Amino acid sequence: MSDLRDLYQEVIFDHNRHPRNFGPLPGANRHADGFNALCGDKLSLNLKVEGGIIQEARFEGSGCAISTASASLMTEALKGRREAEVADLFEGFHRMVKGEPYTVEMGKLAVLAGVSEFPARVKCATLAWHTLNAALHQADQPVSTE
Amino acid sequence: MFDPHLWRRQFPILERKVHGKPLVYLDNAATTQKPLAVLDAERYYFEHFNANIHRGVHALSQEASEAFEGAREKIRAFLGAAHVEEIIFTRGATEAINLVAQTWGRTHLEAGDEILISAMEHHANIVPWQMLCEMTGARLKVIPMDERGVLLMDQVDRLLTERTRLVGVTLVSNALGTVNPVTEIIRKAHAVGARVLVDGAQAVAHVAVNMVTLGCDFFVFSGHKLYGPTGIGVLYGKKDLLTAMPPYQGGGDMILQVTFEKTTYNQIPYKFEAGTPHISGAIGLGAAIDFVRSVGLENIAAHEDRLLQEATERAQRVKGLRIIGTAPGKASILSFVLEGIHPHDIGTILDNEGVAIRSGHHCAMPVMDFFSLPATARASFALYNTLEEVERLFQAIERVQKLFLS
Ligand SMILES: Cc1ncc(COP(=O)(O)O)c(C=O)c1O
Repeated sequence: MSDLRDLYQEVIFDHNRHPRNFGPLPGANRHADGFNALCGDKLSLNLKVEGGIIQEARFEGSGCAISTASASLMTEALKGRREAEVADLFEGFHRMVKGEPYTVEMGKLAVLAGVSEFPARVKCATLAWHTLNAALHQADQPVSTE
Repeated sequence: MFDPHLWRRQFPILERKVHGKPLVYLDNAATTQKPLAVLDAERYYFEHFNANIHRGVHALSQEASEAFEGAREKIRAFLGAAHVEEIIFTRGATEAINLVAQTWGRTHLEAGDEILISAMEHHANIVPWQMLCEMTGARLKVIPMDERGVLLMDQVDRLLTERTRLVGVTLVSNALGTVNPVTEIIRKAHAVGARVLVDGAQAVAHVAVNMVTLGCDFFVFSGHKLYGPTGIGVLYGKKDLLTAMPPYQGGGDMILQVTFEKTTYNQIPYKFEAGTPHISGAIGLGAAIDFVRSVGLENIAAHEDRLLQEATERAQRVKGLRIIGTAPGKASILSFVLEGIHPHDIGTILDNEGVAIRSGHHCAMPVMDFFSLPATARASFALYNTLEEVERLFQAIERVQKLFLS
């Protein structure tokens, strides 16, 4: 039986109640909107990228605890990263939440590993990441997790 | 005295456990579970007279055709339709609405015409009309509702004009549970010469309907929300309308004669049933209707009202819970939100307690927008649900709040 506490860890509650990097980002030069058609979650992500380095990442929107915490943790993890690293991190994260083996160092993002026991919630955890992908590739269309 | 425990035995799935706990299935507005009578009817067909219909002189084909047409007659009686050929088999409510939009709609609407729908329609009764508007240049207008989820009927007279060709309205809202005054809407619409399509998808398992007294021009529903199989549904249409409509899809069964120069279409209902239909599904739906009639729709409605009343009273005592949809005389649906907790999280935690509800926008995004919510949690009741299960629901909701708010 999958334990709810594996999914809803304290860190996740904390980030849900007090999302980090939440709000607008003046001077952002990358932007994308994400949308989870299944549950109606909306997420708007803004980045400031300079010299190939993500200097700032902030998000707005409304979502469930998993998608909010995931976005919050992601923005923390992004700061100071090279743009080129992001694809690997996304890949690793995706594998982790789907319960597949991964090699990338996840740091704090590892609290979301419990999502793999709840397949219906994988999309919640990855919404922020899909949106990030779109922002970095400057897609104009809002992305969905479908 | 109606006893749900007795009827539960007819639904084998209700014995299963989910996450180690007895299943409490409260997602009946999405789809209902199937009684043995339906499962047996489908199996019996496959074991004894599986054959294609209307095409063979052999015994099996005869028997399959009779069972298929027998199901059509059961549906006619269930809907109180005047003629059996007014019953068209479709894949479901969605396909039935699309059929009307693409056949009747395309031949009856032109630029400047208007289609009127309500603020609480399922996407299935919005999008096909939007597509039709795009094709024809017609305009879509909406009957607004109030904070309870009650249509503003005094606006209807203003919204109906001599350009209104069609009014599409749901009898029961799947997101809110509201039962709409469709009789009055039909009367008003007919007074300006508009046709009316009633979406009965959410209604037929709870409310008795009669096509002759209702007087609607089209009525649609899906078998799977009426204890029947998925992939089978019904379009009812008035005979003269159906007869004048062009076919939907082309193929076998819908023709009388085909040459490479010209094809003569079959008469109704076959004109709208191209290709081999969902034969077992139709037979299963016929069995579902027999089942519902044997339980008695009025018994079912009374039982569900009792469950809804109990659930509503319990809900009103939960701190931070807000009921979405508070129309008087609702049918079987309790939509709600919990302060500070997203419906999706509610859904996961309830599931962990064995309680299946729906969380999301219920294919009614405009309703969510109206209430400024991304989603709601929705418990919906069927004839086999019990007061004990309502109790389990609220124990699970307590657990959600403990987990989130501690
Ligand atoms: C009110 C209403 N209309 C239409 C539909 C569409 O039914 P189906 O998906 O079976 O075609 C539904 C199903 O959720 C519904 O609740």
